[in-house]
Amino acid sequence: MSSHAPVTDWVHDFDHTDPRWTENPFPIWDELRAESPVVHTNRFLGCYLPTTYEAVREIAHDTEHFSSRRVIVRDVRPEATGVAPPITSDPPEHKPAKQLLLPPFTPDAMKKLEPRVRAICNELIDEFIADGKCDAAARYTKHIPVRAIAHMLGIPEKDSDLFIKWIHEILELGIMDDDALMRAVHEMTGYFAGHIEHRKKHPTDDLISTLMNARDKSGQPLSDTHVLGSLRLLLIAGIDTTWSAIGASLWHLAKTPADRARLIAEPELMPTAVEELLRAYSPVTMAREVMKETVVSGCPVKPGNMVLLSFPAANRDPAMFPDADKVVIDRKENRHAAFGLGIHRCVGSNLARMEMTVAIQEWLKRIPDFRLDPAGRVTWSEGTVRGPRQLPMLFGKAG
Amino acid sequence: MSGKLKIHVDQEKCQGHARCKSLAPELFELDEFGNAHEIGDGSVPKGLEDKAWLAKANCPEFAIDVTED
Repeated sequence: MSSHAPVTDWVHDFDHTDPRWTENPFPIWDELRAESPVVHTNRFLGCYLPTTYEAVREIAHDTEHFSSRRVIVRDVRPEATGVAPPITSDPPEHKPAKQLLLPPFTPDAMKKLEPRVRAICNELIDEFIADGKCDAAARYTKHIPVRAIAHMLGIPEKDSDLFIKWIHEILELGIMDDDALMRAVHEMTGYFAGHIEHRKKHPTDDLISTLMNARDKSGQPLSDTHVLGSLRLLLIAGIDTTWSAIGASLWHLAKTPADRARLIAEPELMPTAVEELLRAYSPVTMAREVMKETVVSGCPVKPGNMVLLSFPAANRDPAMFPDADKVVIDRKENRHAAFGLGIHRCVGSNLARMEMTVAIQEWLKRIPDFRLDPAGRVTWSEGTVRGPRQLPMLFGKAG
Repeated sequence: MSGKLKIHVDQEKCQGHARCKSLAPELFELDEFGNAHEIGDGSVPKGLEDKAWLAKANCPEFAIDVTED
């Protein structure tokens, strides 16, 4: 899919849209990490990649030298990219914007949503279980987060396909195609503006209304731009991220019968296993823009460049995680950074964990034995969020 | 010989990952924003020492201190 020249020198010319990175980034990260804690490419108008946990941690905590105003590394850097507070906010604007979103996403709030997510999982499984096989990415993992976030926002679950199309246009096509990105942002804005308008006359008890009713410190309602930006963020951030995390988890379990058997025999292991799957197959890579010259893990970093903030690479750093390249579902110490570090910790982390847990539990209950279909091919998404987009599975014991 | 343990969550460092609450709900609670603090004065009841150390070892922000009296 990439229109970029193939990479021949990963250390000085890395490219996270290269098909080899998409297919299997882990050996590439190991190679880069062995070379330096921070590497640079001239692609994307100049971009750094921190390769160690420590370098990622330093950058994530340093909001003075690194701005979040651009959170996707792209070929272009146009002036007005749509703001989506709080993910695109820096201090001091960040904290009030984030505090508006935090209460609806606490673990207790997620417990209330859990029965609906369990029902969604079973409705999906009902549709394909009799076939004895399915593309788990297309038929299962893709639909769980989008329906859950639609439920929270108070928008129709049946509009899911539309949301998935926008997200693909923004996060994947948008890296190289600014028109596709702008069109998708425009369509989303129009969609949400309609729902906001409707609620002005017919108030509801959902996340859209929560944002509409929010007041800033001086008692003023949020601007339409702020509300629309935050709604776009919740939809974009809440969908293909968790789709990817659930998909990668099922992919791992499909090819690791011992872990599957252990999770069924020891269900109390699930929270620890979910954290380990999040570490090993972290889907989300964020970005920062260098604002001032500084030094990260001994490496000079200059303004004018972007930073590909790879939490997935940090989570594979053997200096932080013994046996970093192995999935250890009962790993005791696991400070993984799958949801980011510092002030931009993912607002939906408790939602994502709940969805992953429920999606794996319900799948294992209904389909305890499954494996990758050797006649099919697993494909992975390109760019900012990595997860299986085609995941052909056969059910039942291998015979 | 180890004495009685005491835990403390640094409010400047905590970002609400909620790992401590998940691993040791007897020792940590969350506020309305999902940020954690120790329950009571942070004294760790006998038998929960392992959970205190586990919570510390899983905090991505290194926000939890465990001290021995």
